[in-house]
Amino acid sequence: MSAAAKRFRTIIDFRREIAPIGSGLAGLTAAAPSALRNIHAIGGIVIKELCRRKDFYVLFVLTALITALMGSVSFFNEVKVVRYVKEICLLLIWISSLVIAITTAARQIPFERENRTLFPLLAKPVTRGQVALGKFWGCWLATGLALFVFYLFFIVVSATRDHDLALVASLQALTLHWCMLGVVIAITVLGSLVFAAPSSNNTITIVVVAGILLLGRHLNKVALRLDEPLQSILYSIYYIIPHLELYDMRDLLIHSWGSIPWLVWLGAIAYAIVYAVLFLFAACLVFQRKPVN
Amino acid sequence: MTLAPILKIESLHVAFRSRELGQEAKLAVKGLNLAVSPGEVFGFLGPNGAGKTTTMNVLLGFVPPTSGNAFLFGVNVREPIARQRIGYLPELTYYYKFLTAEEILRFYAKIFGLRSSLADQRINSILKLVELDHARKRPIKTYSKGMQQRVGLAQALINNPDLLILDEPTSGLDPVGRMKVREIIQRLKNDGKTVFFSSHELGEVETVCDRVAILCDGQLKAEGKVEQLVRAYQCTTLEQVFLKIIDYKLAA
Repeated sequence: MSAAAKRFRTIIDFRREIAPIGSGLAGLTAAAPSALRNIHAIGGIVIKELCRRKDFYVLFVLTALITALMGSVSFFNEVKVVRYVKEICLLLIWISSLVIAITTAARQIPFERENRTLFPLLAKPVTRGQVALGKFWGCWLATGLALFVFYLFFIVVSATRDHDLALVASLQALTLHWCMLGVVIAITVLGSLVFAAPSSNNTITIVVVAGILLLGRHLNKVALRLDEPLQSILYSIYYIIPHLELYDMRDLLIHSWGSIPWLVWLGAIAYAIVYAVLFLFAACLVFQRKPVN
Repeated sequence: MTLAPILKIESLHVAFRSRELGQEAKLAVKGLNLAVSPGEVFGFLGPNGAGKTTTMNVLLGFVPPTSGNAFLFGVNVREPIARQRIGYLPELTYYYKFLTAEEILRFYAKIFGLRSSLADQRINSILKLVELDHARKRPIKTYSKGMQQRVGLAQALINNPDLLILDEPTSGLDPVGRMKVREIIQRLKNDGKTVFFSSHELGEVETVCDRVAILCDGQLKAEGKVEQLVRAYQCTTLEQVFLKIIDYKLAA
Protein backbone atom coordinates (compact mmCIF):
# COMPACT_ATOMS: atom_id res chain seq x y z
CA MET A 1 0.00 0.00 0.00
CA SER A 2 1.41 3.43 -0.92
CA ALA A 3 1.99 6.14 1.68
CA ALA A 4 -0.88 8.22 0.27
CA ALA A 5 -3.25 5.27 0.43
CA LYS A 6 -2.15 4.59 4.03
CA ARG A 7 -2.97 8.18 5.01
CA PHE A 8 -6.36 7.97 3.28
CA ARG A 9 -7.00 4.73 5.14
CA THR A 10 -6.22 6.54 8.43
CA ILE A 11 -8.99 9.07 7.76
CA ILE A 12 -11.49 6.35 6.83
CA ASP A 13 -10.61 4.37 10.00
CA PHE A 14 -10.94 7.50 12.08
CA ARG A 15 -14.39 8.28 10.68
CA ARG A 16 -15.50 4.70 11.35
CA GLU A 17 -14.16 4.91 14.89
CA ILE A 18 -15.99 8.12 15.75
CA ALA A 19 -19.18 7.26 13.88
CA PRO A 20 -21.04 5.98 16.97
CA ILE A 21 -20.42 9.24 18.80
CA GLY A 22 -23.52 11.35 18.54
CA SER A 23 -25.58 8.54 17.07
CA GLY A 24 -27.99 7.87 19.89
CA LEU A 25 -27.64 5.28 22.62
CA ALA A 26 -24.75 3.48 20.93
CA GLY A 27 -22.84 6.75 20.92
CA LEU A 28 -23.58 7.35 24.57
CA THR A 29 -22.41 3.91 25.65
CA ALA A 30 -19.24 4.37 23.58
CA ALA A 31 -18.55 7.82 25.05
CA ALA A 32 -19.35 7.06 28.71
CA PRO A 33 -16.20 5.05 29.62
CA SER A 34 -13.92 7.66 28.07
CA ALA A 35 -15.73 10.43 29.98
CA LEU A 36 -15.30 8.57 33.28
CA ARG A 37 -11.65 7.85 32.45
CA ASN A 38 -11.01 11.54 31.72
CA ILE A 39 -12.77 12.68 34.90
CA HIS A 40 -10.77 10.18 36.95
CA ALA A 41 -7.47 11.19 35.31
CA ILE A 42 -8.10 14.90 35.96
CA GLY A 43 -9.11 14.06 39.54
CA GLY A 44 -5.80 12.22 39.99
CA ILE A 45 -3.87 15.38 39.13
CA VAL A 46 -5.78 17.33 41.80
CA ILE A 47 -4.90 14.71 44.43
CA LYS A 48 -1.23 14.70 43.39
CA GLU A 49 -1.15 18.48 43.63
CA LEU A 50 -2.67 18.48 47.09
CA CYS A 51 -0.28 15.77 48.30
CA ARG A 52 2.70 17.78 47.05
CA ARG A 53 1.53 20.99 48.68
CA LYS A 54 1.86 21.62 52.41
CA ASP A 55 -1.66 22.91 53.18
CA PHE A 56 -3.12 19.66 54.41
CA TYR A 57 -0.09 18.69 56.50
CA VAL A 58 0.00 22.09 58.20
CA LEU A 59 -3.71 21.93 59.04
CA PHE A 60 -3.43 18.39 60.34
CA VAL A 61 -0.43 19.19 62.54
CA LEU A 62 -2.23 22.30 63.87
CA THR A 63 -5.39 20.30 64.64
CA ALA A 64 -3.36 17.58 66.36
CA LEU A 65 -1.31 20.10 68.34
CA ILE A 66 -4.30 22.11 69.57
CA THR A 67 -6.26 18.97 70.46
CA ALA A 68 -3.27 17.42 72.23
CA LEU A 69 -2.75 20.64 74.17
CA MET A 70 -6.41 20.77 75.19
CA GLY A 71 -6.42 17.06 75.96
CA SER A 72 -3.40 17.32 78.22
CA VAL A 73 -5.32 19.58 80.59
CA SER A 74 -7.31 17.64 83.20
CA PHE A 75 -9.68 19.62 85.39
CA PHE A 76 -10.38 17.69 88.61
CA ASN A 77 -11.04 14.51 86.65
CA GLU A 78 -14.34 16.05 85.54
CA VAL A 79 -16.21 14.02 82.90
CA LYS A 80 -17.29 17.16 81.00
CA VAL A 81 -13.66 17.85 80.16
CA VAL A 82 -13.62 14.86 77.82
CA ARG A 83 -16.64 16.28 76.02
CA TYR A 84 -14.91 19.63 75.88
CA VAL A 85 -11.82 18.07 74.27
CA LYS A 86 -14.01 16.17 71.79
CA GLU A 87 -15.88 19.36 70.95
CA ILE A 88 -12.67 21.29 70.33
CA CYS A 89 -11.27 18.46 68.21
CA LEU A 90 -14.45 18.20 66.09
CA LEU A 91 -14.72 21.96 65.68
CA LEU A 92 -11.13 22.05 64.43
CA ILE A 93 -11.84 19.14 62.07
CA TRP A 94 -14.88 20.98 60.69
CA ILE A 95 -12.99 24.24 60.20
CA SER A 96 -9.92 22.51 58.69
CA SER A 97 -11.95 20.36 56.30
CA LEU A 98 -13.97 23.36 55.11
CA VAL A 99 -10.78 25.37 54.58
CA ILE A 100 -9.17 22.50 52.64
CA ALA A 101 -12.29 21.88 50.54
CA ILE A 102 -12.97 25.51 49.66
CA THR A 103 -9.40 26.67 49.06
CA THR A 104 -8.53 23.58 47.01
CA ALA A 105 -11.65 23.71 44.85
CA ALA A 106 -11.60 27.49 44.42
CA ARG A 107 -8.13 27.60 42.89
CA GLN A 108 -8.42 24.64 40.50
CA ILE A 109 -9.95 26.11 37.33
CA PRO A 110 -8.73 29.73 37.80
CA PHE A 111 -5.16 28.44 38.25
CA GLU A 112 -5.49 26.24 35.18
CA ARG A 113 -6.51 29.35 33.24
CA GLU A 114 -3.90 31.59 34.82
CA ASN A 115 -1.03 29.12 34.31
CA ARG A 116 -2.53 28.24 30.92
CA THR A 117 -2.34 24.51 31.64
CA LEU A 118 -5.97 24.43 30.54
CA PHE A 119 -4.94 24.81 26.88
CA PRO A 120 -2.95 21.61 26.37
CA LEU A 121 -5.66 19.83 28.37
CA LEU A 122 -8.59 21.13 26.31
CA ALA A 123 -6.64 20.40 23.13
CA LYS A 124 -7.13 16.72 24.00
CA PRO A 125 -10.45 14.90 23.51
CA VAL A 126 -11.80 16.29 26.78
CA THR A 127 -14.95 18.36 27.22
CA ARG A 128 -15.09 21.32 29.56
CA GLY A 129 -17.78 19.52 31.53
CA GLN A 130 -15.33 16.65 32.10
CA VAL A 131 -12.70 19.13 33.33
CA ALA A 132 -15.17 20.66 35.83
CA LEU A 133 -16.32 17.21 36.99
CA GLY A 134 -12.71 15.99 37.19
CA LYS A 135 -11.80 18.93 39.38
CA PHE A 136 -14.79 18.20 41.62
CA TRP A 137 -13.92 14.50 41.79
CA GLY A 138 -10.28 15.17 42.67
CA CYS A 139 -11.11 17.76 45.33
CA TRP A 140 -13.79 15.53 46.83
CA LEU A 141 -11.49 12.49 47.00
CA ALA A 142 -8.65 14.58 48.42
CA THR A 143 -10.85 16.08 51.14
CA GLY A 144 -12.20 12.59 51.83
CA LEU A 145 -8.64 11.40 52.38
CA ALA A 146 -7.92 14.35 54.67
CA LEU A 147 -11.20 13.80 56.52
CA PHE A 148 -10.38 10.12 57.06
CA VAL A 149 -7.06 11.05 58.68
CA PHE A 150 -8.74 13.71 60.83
CA TYR A 151 -11.49 11.32 62.04
CA LEU A 152 -8.97 8.59 62.72
CA PHE A 153 -7.18 11.07 64.93
CA PHE A 154 -10.49 11.99 66.61
CA ILE A 155 -11.36 8.34 67.26
CA VAL A 156 -7.94 7.78 68.82
CA VAL A 157 -8.30 10.90 71.00
CA SER A 158 -11.82 10.06 72.15
CA ALA A 159 -10.95 6.40 72.73
CA THR A 160 -8.02 7.28 74.95
CA ARG A 161 -9.95 9.89 76.95
CA ASP A 162 -13.50 8.50 76.88
CA HIS A 163 -12.74 4.76 76.64
CA ASP A 164 -15.56 4.58 74.07
CA LEU A 165 -14.81 3.93 70.40
CA ALA A 166 -18.31 4.87 69.00
CA LEU A 167 -17.23 3.45 65.65
CA VAL A 168 -20.67 3.38 63.97
CA ALA A 169 -21.51 6.95 64.96
CA SER A 170 -18.05 8.11 63.87
CA LEU A 171 -18.44 6.34 60.54
CA GLN A 172 -21.82 7.97 59.99
CA ALA A 173 -20.43 11.37 61.00
CA LEU A 174 -17.48 10.92 58.62
CA THR A 175 -19.63 9.91 55.64
CA LEU A 176 -22.19 12.67 56.19
CA HIS A 177 -19.43 15.21 56.70
CA TRP A 178 -17.82 14.05 53.44
CA CYS A 179 -21.15 14.35 51.58
CA MET A 180 -21.64 17.85 52.97
CA LEU A 181 -18.16 18.75 51.71
CA GLY A 182 -19.21 17.38 48.30
CA VAL A 183 -21.96 20.01 48.15
CA VAL A 184 -19.53 22.71 49.33
CA ILE A 185 -16.97 21.69 46.69
CA ALA A 186 -19.65 21.72 43.97
CA ILE A 187 -20.68 25.25 45.06
CA THR A 188 -17.01 26.32 45.02
CA VAL A 189 -16.37 24.85 41.55
CA LEU A 190 -19.40 26.77 40.26
CA GLY A 191 -18.14 29.90 42.03
CA SER A 192 -14.69 29.49 40.47
CA LEU A 193 -16.32 29.77 37.04
CA VAL A 194 -18.52 32.73 37.95
CA PHE A 195 -16.14 34.92 39.96
CA ALA A 196 -12.97 36.19 38.37
CA ALA A 197 -10.50 35.79 41.23
CA PRO A 198 -10.06 32.71 43.45
CA SER A 199 -9.75 34.99 46.50
CA SER A 200 -13.22 36.49 45.93
CA ASN A 201 -14.61 33.01 45.35
CA ASN A 202 -12.96 31.80 48.60
CA THR A 203 -14.43 34.66 50.60
CA ILE A 204 -17.93 34.43 49.10
CA THR A 205 -18.10 30.64 49.48
CA ILE A 206 -16.85 30.73 53.08
CA VAL A 207 -19.44 33.42 53.95
CA VAL A 208 -22.26 31.51 52.22
CA VAL A 209 -21.33 28.14 53.79
CA ALA A 210 -20.83 29.66 57.25
CA GLY A 211 -24.14 31.50 56.83
CA ILE A 212 -25.97 28.30 55.92
CA LEU A 213 -24.35 26.35 58.77
CA LEU A 214 -25.08 28.97 61.41
CA LEU A 215 -28.34 30.56 60.24
CA GLY A 216 -29.83 28.11 57.73
CA ARG A 217 -32.10 26.33 60.20
CA HIS A 218 -33.46 29.61 61.62
CA LEU A 219 -34.46 31.33 58.36
CA ASN A 220 -38.08 30.09 58.48
CA LYS A 221 -38.48 31.37 62.03
CA VAL A 222 -37.08 34.77 61.06
CA ALA A 223 -39.40 34.82 58.01
CA LEU A 224 -42.46 34.51 60.29
CA ARG A 225 -41.70 37.87 61.84
CA LEU A 226 -41.33 39.72 58.51
CA ASP A 227 -43.88 41.45 56.29
CA GLU A 228 -44.54 40.51 52.67
CA PRO A 229 -42.76 40.35 50.25
CA LEU A 230 -39.70 39.81 52.50
CA GLN A 231 -41.40 36.87 54.18
CA SER A 232 -41.91 35.02 50.88
CA ILE A 233 -38.39 35.84 49.75
CA LEU A 234 -36.87 34.48 52.97
CA TYR A 235 -39.10 31.40 52.85
CA SER A 236 -37.99 30.75 49.26
CA ILE A 237 -34.36 31.05 50.31
CA TYR A 238 -35.02 28.66 53.21
CA TYR A 239 -36.40 26.02 50.84
CA ILE A 240 -33.83 26.59 48.07
CA ILE A 241 -30.55 26.53 50.00
CA PRO A 242 -28.88 23.20 50.76
CA HIS A 243 -29.24 22.68 54.51
CA LEU A 244 -25.66 21.78 55.32
CA GLU A 245 -26.37 21.95 59.05
CA LEU A 246 -28.25 18.62 58.70
CA TYR A 247 -24.87 16.90 58.29
CA ASP A 248 -23.52 18.12 61.59
CA MET A 249 -23.36 15.06 63.89
CA ARG A 250 -20.98 16.64 66.35
CA ASP A 251 -23.40 16.72 69.27
CA LEU A 252 -24.10 12.99 68.89
CA LEU A 253 -20.39 12.23 69.08
CA ILE A 254 -19.60 14.67 71.88
CA HIS A 255 -22.35 13.41 74.17
CA SER A 256 -22.06 9.76 73.03
CA TRP A 257 -25.73 9.67 72.01
CA GLY A 258 -25.16 6.85 69.54
CA SER A 259 -25.79 6.59 65.84
CA ILE A 260 -28.69 7.80 63.69
CA PRO A 261 -31.10 5.43 61.82
CA TRP A 262 -29.53 4.18 58.59
CA LEU A 263 -32.57 5.31 56.57
CA VAL A 264 -32.04 8.89 57.75
CA TRP A 265 -28.37 8.53 56.90
CA LEU A 266 -29.25 7.33 53.38
CA GLY A 267 -31.78 10.15 52.92
CA ALA A 268 -29.18 12.73 53.90
CA ILE A 269 -26.72 11.27 51.38
CA ALA A 270 -29.37 11.39 48.63
CA TYR A 271 -30.15 15.02 49.54
CA ALA A 272 -26.45 15.92 49.22
CA ILE A 273 -26.16 14.09 45.88
CA VAL A 274 -29.12 16.05 44.45
CA TYR A 275 -27.61 19.40 45.43
CA ALA A 276 -24.09 18.47 44.30
CA VAL A 277 -25.45 17.34 40.91
CA LEU A 278 -27.45 20.58 40.52
CA PHE A 279 -24.44 22.79 41.27
CA LEU A 280 -22.16 20.71 39.03
CA PHE A 281 -24.66 20.83 36.19
CA ALA A 282 -24.73 24.62 36.52
CA ALA A 283 -20.91 24.68 36.60
CA CYS A 284 -20.70 22.61 33.38
CA LEU A 285 -23.20 24.95 31.66
CA VAL A 286 -21.28 28.07 32.72
CA PHE A 287 -17.92 26.58 31.67
CA GLN A 288 -19.31 25.51 28.28
CA ARG A 289 -20.26 29.12 27.50
CA LYS A 290 -17.14 30.74 28.90
CA PRO A 291 -14.42 31.82 26.44
CA VAL A 292 -11.06 30.40 27.51
CA ASN A 293 -8.64 32.32 25.29
CA MET B 1 -6.25 9.94 -6.07
CA THR B 2 -7.14 13.27 -4.37
CA LEU B 3 -6.93 12.98 -0.61
CA ALA B 4 -9.64 14.44 1.59
CA PRO B 5 -8.19 17.34 3.59
CA ILE B 6 -7.16 16.46 7.12
CA LEU B 7 -7.77 20.06 8.19
CA LYS B 8 -10.38 22.25 6.54
CA ILE B 9 -11.53 25.78 7.30
CA GLU B 10 -14.56 27.20 5.49
CA SER B 11 -15.47 30.92 5.47
CA LEU B 12 -14.29 31.33 9.03
CA HIS B 13 -15.15 34.56 10.79
CA VAL B 14 -14.22 35.21 14.39
CA ALA B 15 -15.32 38.40 16.12
CA PHE B 16 -14.52 39.44 19.66
CA ARG B 17 -17.01 41.67 21.43
CA SER B 18 -15.49 44.76 22.94
CA ARG B 19 -15.85 45.17 26.70
CA GLU B 20 -16.29 48.91 26.35
CA LEU B 21 -19.74 50.29 25.65
CA GLY B 22 -20.35 51.62 22.16
CA GLN B 23 -17.24 49.89 20.76
CA GLU B 24 -17.74 47.64 17.76
CA ALA B 25 -16.79 43.97 17.81
CA LYS B 26 -13.25 43.31 16.58
CA LEU B 27 -12.99 40.94 13.65
CA ALA B 28 -9.96 38.77 14.27
CA VAL B 29 -10.49 36.41 11.32
CA LYS B 30 -12.33 37.46 8.16
CA GLY B 31 -13.64 34.75 5.86
CA LEU B 32 -10.70 32.36 6.03
CA ASN B 33 -10.69 29.32 3.75
CA LEU B 34 -7.92 26.77 4.11
CA ALA B 35 -7.32 23.09 3.45
CA VAL B 36 -4.36 20.97 4.50
CA SER B 37 -3.87 17.54 2.93
CA PRO B 38 -2.56 14.48 4.80
CA GLY B 39 1.22 14.30 4.97
CA GLU B 40 1.80 18.01 4.38
CA VAL B 41 3.92 20.31 6.50
CA PHE B 42 1.97 23.53 6.40
CA GLY B 43 3.37 26.86 7.59
CA PHE B 44 0.85 29.36 8.93
CA LEU B 45 2.44 32.78 8.82
CA GLY B 46 1.53 36.34 9.59
CA PRO B 47 2.59 39.33 11.67
CA ASN B 48 1.54 39.62 15.31
CA GLY B 49 -2.23 40.16 15.58
CA ALA B 50 -2.89 38.68 12.13
CA GLY B 51 -5.29 36.06 13.51
CA LYS B 52 -3.04 32.97 13.50
CA THR B 53 -3.50 32.06 17.15
CA THR B 54 -7.24 32.81 16.94
CA THR B 55 -7.51 30.40 14.00
CA MET B 56 -5.59 27.76 15.96
CA ASN B 57 -7.84 28.40 18.96
CA VAL B 58 -10.87 27.72 16.76
CA LEU B 59 -9.29 24.50 15.47
CA LEU B 60 -8.68 23.37 19.04
CA GLY B 61 -12.18 24.29 20.21
CA PHE B 62 -11.05 27.06 22.59
CA VAL B 63 -12.94 29.76 20.69
CA PRO B 64 -16.25 29.22 18.88
CA PRO B 65 -16.37 30.60 15.33
CA THR B 66 -18.71 33.58 14.83
CA SER B 67 -19.60 32.08 11.46
CA GLY B 68 -18.14 29.46 9.15
CA ASN B 69 -16.82 26.04 10.04
CA ALA B 70 -13.61 24.21 10.77
CA PHE B 71 -13.07 20.48 10.44
CA LEU B 72 -10.36 18.07 11.56
CA PHE B 73 -10.47 14.67 9.86
CA GLY B 74 -13.87 15.71 8.47
CA VAL B 75 -15.31 16.20 11.95
CA ASN B 76 -16.48 19.61 13.13
CA VAL B 77 -14.01 20.98 15.68
CA ARG B 78 -16.91 21.62 18.09
CA GLU B 79 -16.88 17.84 18.74
CA PRO B 80 -14.17 16.90 21.28
CA ILE B 81 -13.59 13.63 19.40
CA ALA B 82 -12.15 15.69 16.51
CA ARG B 83 -9.10 16.14 18.75
CA GLN B 84 -8.53 12.39 19.26
CA ARG B 85 -5.75 12.19 16.68
CA ILE B 86 -4.12 15.56 16.98
CA GLY B 87 -1.16 16.74 18.98
CA TYR B 88 -0.93 20.37 20.08
CA LEU B 89 2.10 22.29 21.23
CA PRO B 90 1.29 25.74 22.66
CA GLU B 91 3.59 28.70 22.11
CA LEU B 92 4.89 28.70 25.66
CA THR B 93 5.22 25.76 27.99
CA TYR B 94 2.13 25.45 30.14
CA TYR B 95 2.35 22.26 32.16
CA TYR B 96 1.75 21.18 35.73
CA LYS B 97 5.09 22.14 37.22
CA PHE B 98 4.69 19.82 40.23
CA LEU B 99 4.63 16.74 37.98
CA THR B 100 7.58 14.97 36.41
CA ALA B 101 7.86 14.54 32.63
CA GLU B 102 6.91 10.89 32.99
CA GLU B 103 3.85 11.68 35.12
CA ILE B 104 2.59 14.33 32.76
CA LEU B 105 2.95 12.01 29.77
CA ARG B 106 1.16 9.24 31.67
CA PHE B 107 -1.68 11.66 32.49
CA TYR B 108 -2.14 12.63 28.84
CA ALA B 109 -1.82 8.99 27.77
CA LYS B 110 -4.70 8.19 30.12
CA ILE B 111 -6.78 10.96 28.58
CA PHE B 112 -6.20 9.40 25.17
CA GLY B 113 -7.22 6.02 26.56
CA LEU B 114 -3.87 4.31 25.92
CA ARG B 115 -3.46 0.99 27.67
CA SER B 116 -0.87 1.02 30.44
CA SER B 117 1.65 -1.19 28.58
CA LEU B 118 1.30 0.81 25.37
CA ALA B 119 1.57 4.06 27.32
CA ASP B 120 4.84 2.83 28.91
CA GLN B 121 6.26 1.99 25.51
CA ARG B 122 5.28 5.32 24.03
CA ILE B 123 6.55 7.31 27.02
CA ASN B 124 9.94 5.57 26.77
CA SER B 125 10.29 6.12 23.04
CA ILE B 126 9.10 9.74 23.12
CA LEU B 127 11.33 10.70 26.03
CA LYS B 128 14.24 9.23 24.08
CA LEU B 129 13.15 11.12 20.95
CA VAL B 130 13.06 14.48 22.75
CA GLU B 131 16.22 13.58 24.72
CA LEU B 132 14.63 13.86 28.16
CA ASP B 133 15.08 10.25 29.23
CA HIS B 134 17.69 11.21 31.82
CA ALA B 135 15.38 13.76 33.48
CA ARG B 136 12.13 11.81 33.39
CA LYS B 137 11.79 11.58 37.20
CA ARG B 138 12.52 15.26 37.86
CA PRO B 139 9.68 17.78 38.43
CA ILE B 140 9.12 20.01 35.41
CA LYS B 141 9.73 23.12 37.52
CA THR B 142 13.43 22.17 37.64
CA TYR B 143 13.73 22.03 33.82
CA SER B 144 15.32 24.67 31.61
CA LYS B 145 13.14 26.46 29.05
CA GLY B 146 14.40 24.26 26.22
CA MET B 147 13.67 21.11 28.23
CA GLN B 148 10.16 22.36 29.03
CA GLN B 149 9.55 23.03 25.34
CA ARG B 150 10.62 19.44 24.63
CA VAL B 151 8.17 18.18 27.27
CA GLY B 152 5.57 20.11 25.27
CA LEU B 153 6.59 18.35 22.12
CA ALA B 154 6.55 15.00 23.93
CA GLN B 155 2.97 15.51 25.21
CA ALA B 156 1.92 16.51 21.70
CA LEU B 157 3.25 13.17 20.40
CA ILE B 158 1.94 10.86 23.12
CA ASN B 159 -1.09 9.67 21.11
CA ASN B 160 0.97 9.13 17.94
CA PRO B 161 -1.10 11.86 16.25
CA ASP B 162 -1.82 12.06 12.55
CA LEU B 163 -1.96 15.85 12.72
CA LEU B 164 0.30 18.11 14.78
CA ILE B 165 -0.68 21.70 15.48
CA LEU B 166 2.35 23.63 16.67
CA ASP B 167 2.11 27.25 17.77
CA GLU B 168 5.57 28.78 17.31
CA PRO B 169 7.41 25.64 18.38
CA THR B 170 10.85 27.24 18.40
CA SER B 171 9.88 30.46 20.14
CA GLY B 172 12.40 31.40 22.82
CA LEU B 173 14.74 28.48 22.12
CA ASP B 174 18.48 28.72 21.56
CA PRO B 175 19.92 27.69 18.15
CA VAL B 176 20.54 24.11 19.33
CA GLY B 177 17.01 23.82 20.69
CA ARG B 178 15.62 25.15 17.41
CA MET B 179 17.67 22.70 15.42
CA LYS B 180 16.38 19.82 17.55
CA VAL B 181 12.74 20.87 17.11
CA ARG B 182 13.31 21.25 13.36
CA GLU B 183 14.84 17.76 13.22
CA ILE B 184 11.81 16.34 15.02
CA ILE B 185 9.41 18.06 12.59
CA GLN B 186 11.45 16.69 9.70
CA ARG B 187 11.29 13.20 11.20
CA LEU B 188 7.53 13.48 11.63
CA LYS B 189 7.22 14.61 8.04
CA ASN B 190 9.20 11.56 6.91
CA ASP B 191 6.81 9.38 8.94
CA GLY B 192 3.92 10.78 6.90
CA LYS B 193 2.48 12.97 9.66
CA THR B 194 0.69 16.21 8.87
CA VAL B 195 2.14 19.25 10.59
CA PHE B 196 0.35 22.60 10.80
CA PHE B 197 2.50 25.20 12.45
CA SER B 198 2.81 28.91 12.94
CA SER B 199 6.19 30.56 13.15
CA HIS B 200 7.98 33.85 12.80
CA GLU B 201 11.19 32.06 11.82
CA LEU B 202 10.80 32.31 8.07
CA GLY B 203 14.09 30.58 7.30
CA GLU B 204 12.93 27.58 9.27
CA VAL B 205 9.56 27.62 7.51
CA GLU B 206 11.30 27.73 4.14
CA THR B 207 13.34 24.67 5.11
CA VAL B 208 10.62 22.37 6.40
CA CYS B 209 7.30 23.46 4.87
CA ASP B 210 5.62 22.01 1.79
CA ARG B 211 3.12 24.85 1.65
CA VAL B 212 2.52 28.09 3.48
CA ALA B 213 -0.33 30.52 4.03
CA ILE B 214 0.22 34.16 4.90
CA LEU B 215 -2.42 35.85 6.98
CA CYS B 216 -2.63 39.59 7.53
CA ASP B 217 -5.31 41.52 9.40
CA GLY B 218 -7.45 38.39 9.64
CA GLN B 219 -7.45 37.77 5.90
CA LEU B 220 -5.64 35.18 3.85
CA LYS B 221 -3.23 37.11 1.60
CA ALA B 222 -1.32 34.29 -0.05
CA GLU B 223 -1.20 30.52 -0.08
CA GLY B 224 0.92 28.01 -1.95
CA LYS B 225 4.29 26.31 -2.20
CA VAL B 226 7.23 28.43 -1.08
CA GLU B 227 8.91 28.41 -4.51
CA GLN B 228 5.63 29.32 -6.24
CA LEU B 229 5.13 32.31 -3.94
CA VAL B 230 8.74 33.42 -4.35
CA ARG B 231 8.29 33.30 -8.12
CA ALA B 232 4.85 34.95 -8.13
CA TYR B 233 6.02 37.87 -6.01
CA GLN B 234 9.34 38.16 -7.87
CA CYS B 235 11.41 37.79 -4.71
CA THR B 236 14.36 35.63 -3.73
CA THR B 237 13.35 34.55 -0.23
CA LEU B 238 10.15 33.85 1.68
CA GLU B 239 11.02 36.71 4.04
CA GLN B 240 10.89 39.16 1.13
CA VAL B 241 7.53 37.71 0.02
CA PHE B 242 6.22 38.06 3.57
CA LEU B 243 7.34 41.69 3.89
CA LYS B 244 5.86 42.52 0.48
CA ILE B 245 2.52 40.95 1.41
CA ILE B 246 2.21 42.76 4.72
CA ASP B 247 3.23 45.94 2.90
CA TYR B 248 6.25 46.61 5.06
CA LYS B 249 8.21 49.70 4.05
CA LEU B 250 11.91 49.52 4.78
CA ALA B 251 13.30 52.52 6.61
CA ALA B 252 15.50 54.68 4.35
